[in-house]
Amino acid sequence: MEKPLLAFTKKGIYCEKAGVYLDPWKPVDKAIISHGHADHSRWGHKQYITHKRNIPIIEHRLGNINSSGVSWGESFVVNGVKFSLHPAGHIPGSSQIRVEHKGEVWVFSGDYKTEDDGLSTPYESIRCHSFITECTFGLPAFSWRPQKEVFRDINEWWAENRSEGKTSVLFGYSLGKAQRLLKHLDTSIGRIYTHAAVENLNEVLRTYLDLPDTIRITKETKKEDLKGNLVLAPPSAHGSPWLRKMVPYETATASGWMAFRGARRRRAVDKGFVLSDHCDWEGLLGSIEATGATRVICTHGYSDIFSRFLREKGLDARTEETQYEGELAEINSSGNDEKD
Amino acid sequence: MKDFAQLIRKLDSTNKTSAKVRALASYFDRASDPDKVWTIAILSHRRPSRPVNTTLLREWAAEAAGIPHWLFEESYHIVGDLAETIALVVQGGRENVDKSLAQVLDELITLKGRAEEEKKAYVTKQWQGFTFYERFVFTKFITGGFRIGISQKLMTRALSQSTGIDEDILAYKLMGNWDPKSISFHDLVLEKNKSDLLSKPYPFYLAYALEGEPESLGDTSQWLAEHKWDGIRSQVIFRNDEIFVWSRGEELVTDKYPEFSGLVDKIPNGTVIDGEILPYPGNTIGTFNDLQKRIGRKTVSKSLLTKTPVILMAYDLLEWEGKDLRERPFSERRQFLEDFSKPFVSDRSLPLYLSETMSFERWSDFAAERGRAREKKSEGLMLKRKDSPYRVGRKKGDWWKWKVDPLTIDAVLTYAMRGHGRRSNLFTDYTFGLWNTNEEGERELVTFAKAYSGLTDAEFRKVDAWIKKNTLERFGPVRSVTPFHVFEIAFEGIAPSGRHKSGVATRFPRILRWRTDKSIDEANTLEDLKKLIP
Repeated sequence: MEKPLLAFTKKGIYCEKAGVYLDPWKPVDKAIISHGHADHSRWGHKQYITHKRNIPIIEHRLGNINSSGVSWGESFVVNGVKFSLHPAGHIPGSSQIRVEHKGEVWVFSGDYKTEDDGLSTPYESIRCHSFITECTFGLPAFSWRPQKEVFRDINEWWAENRSEGKTSVLFGYSLGKAQRLLKHLDTSIGRIYTHAAVENLNEVLRTYLDLPDTIRITKETKKEDLKGNLVLAPPSAHGSPWLRKMVPYETATASGWMAFRGARRRRAVDKGFVLSDHCDWEGLLGSIEATGATRVICTHGYSDIFSRFLREKGLDARTEETQYEGELAEINSSGNDEKD
Repeated sequence: MKDFAQLIRKLDSTNKTSAKVRALASYFDRASDPDKVWTIAILSHRRPSRPVNTTLLREWAAEAAGIPHWLFEESYHIVGDLAETIALVVQGGRENVDKSLAQVLDELITLKGRAEEEKKAYVTKQWQGFTFYERFVFTKFITGGFRIGISQKLMTRALSQSTGIDEDILAYKLMGNWDPKSISFHDLVLEKNKSDLLSKPYPFYLAYALEGEPESLGDTSQWLAEHKWDGIRSQVIFRNDEIFVWSRGEELVTDKYPEFSGLVDKIPNGTVIDGEILPYPGNTIGTFNDLQKRIGRKTVSKSLLTKTPVILMAYDLLEWEGKDLRERPFSERRQFLEDFSKPFVSDRSLPLYLSETMSFERWSDFAAERGRAREKKSEGLMLKRKDSPYRVGRKKGDWWKWKVDPLTIDAVLTYAMRGHGRRSNLFTDYTFGLWNTNEEGERELVTFAKAYSGLTDAEFRKVDAWIKKNTLERFGPVRSVTPFHVFEIAFEGIAPSGRHKSGVATRFPRILRWRTDKSIDEANTLEDLKKLIP
């Protein structure tokens, strides 16, 4: 039997025919990168190939690297294997990676969501034979409301806090989630202040995205300036002395994990907004079906449960171990983009 | 129902006690009288008896959600709460169900007698009609254990804010047996009752743990010691030919301990005793385990009363002849206590005992007495300054608890289970093994205890991540893991046991620290553990 086009190795997902790795977690010669989150774009590769919009992000995170950017749908051939990147809708510049050789097509989803967030290039379904999918929220307990409704709640929460003279501190991952929140906040309510980790990424993304004005919080920022306004901060700022300047404040976290009451209480935030940059259960099932793939490989998330469900539906589905973390990083780790 | 669900949603979206109480008070301001009575009932754990068992509920939920049963079960293990899982997986809002809280609870009461098919049709219809929070609370009414971060005490405070009636009086009014289906809000809450103040307890005086050595307390002649008994700290009130037993959680528990009612015609009115309720099976102080059989029961069966009777171990006298003694020195209050109780304490048919006070010349003698705590079935010593008043709440200085150090052993993490509540979806409930040589002469790890407390949140997250990467086998919610990590386990007591595979039962095991410095070969053996049995 011929070897599969993509294989799971100790260094990452490997295309042996091309000598190329997809989102490898150990240093390699040539890496195609789906998006800029730290668990997918790691340090130490000799060459990075990624979407143009992801270049400023990984250069910001990784410094001086040898990178080349491509456009959506633009194909490039390495040792006879054809590669192309297609929008994944996860965060700005996030791609699915399509790999084709002798008529056989594989797609690696990276991280993705199907809802148009108004910021990232919306997800496109790509037909393929084999689909490697994340399943961070691969449980029927996850079912997202349309973001319009969630943002209405967030803006109401802000307005209510403001009317009580409180500062609203909203936690979201610095890359992606923070800008998505920013894009949809109602700036008529008040001013938006940012934690440095968020503002650094804002500056990077403003090179090609239109985002509302923000004010970076510095030592000089006065307490009375913050009152009634909104502060966007990474989850790691929660419970830190940095928050003292915001007193009196209300806290909230925006994450898919906030669907669980337990997760919300564990983080001890006042309010949890269920807002994710990953697919919910129906989103995963719908996108898998749309690819037409007969073979599905499930990576990070509730992969065992999800692949069992797919097998019962008659698909050739299995789980592969990777070192991707998905949205877990949002609530469990430091949430620091620079952690590598 | 909509308002109640909205209230729960609001309580769920803040961590601040004051905001919770405000939300509940404003709900009380608006709700109808029957809804108010039911809200009080539910928040004081008086839900109607369970109309459907949870096995059926799970089957129906899987069906309503259109998912296989195993997938529902997996989801439940991860979410960690049945009502929440059902609320999440079943999609609602099909047709708007608009019923009052009282109506829904009435329906649940009548549902109990119905046929299974009828129950299923009813429950499924409500699920599919309700919104998320309505579905969540509706299912909680059925499964019970309505713990949503608002205690009876906070509920009472909110009701006090809404009605203007004193909190302590309300606490008393809401005690005892009343039926939310038949009682009116007026009768339950508003009606003035002369006996309202009759049962009122004094705030408990609580001690901090002694840090460091007792020598820092100075002259031994200023101090009395007594054993720190391991039961339920209680205040027993004798007034107007009635008895009231309050637990430290300010819960009126008179009905749970009927053995004390025999004291009513012996002890004069106007007497308040501070003491400890202790289990006393076979005329000897039992273990806390024994007492646990009594704690959860609202009504106590005759056989349980015979098997596990309780006594009151008296510590202090707070009121005598109707006078508040709390400002008098401890030594004086003790003298009163000993004088008046002498005839009752010597009458062994009465459940009243005196906790002995002891004085020693040297601190080393106090320490020696503390060393006898395990054989006396106490947790250690209480040190009380002779001239101390009876203070309010937890205060430093005059009273100190000086517990015995726990027993400890180094054990290997062998299994892990996801936690519940705020730890749902994190592996935080662990099983620990000790080395033993089996009949074939092989070394194996034998399970000896489970523990789920003692690590910081950050440590739990680290162990959780490690478990997810080092799972050997899965058994439903439980995972066996590669034996690798060693933890120091502390426990309060140890006894031989036929019910445990290890042959040993430990009391209150918890994780003392993560021994990252130790390999599994350095963990203790079962033999080491058995040597600790007194």
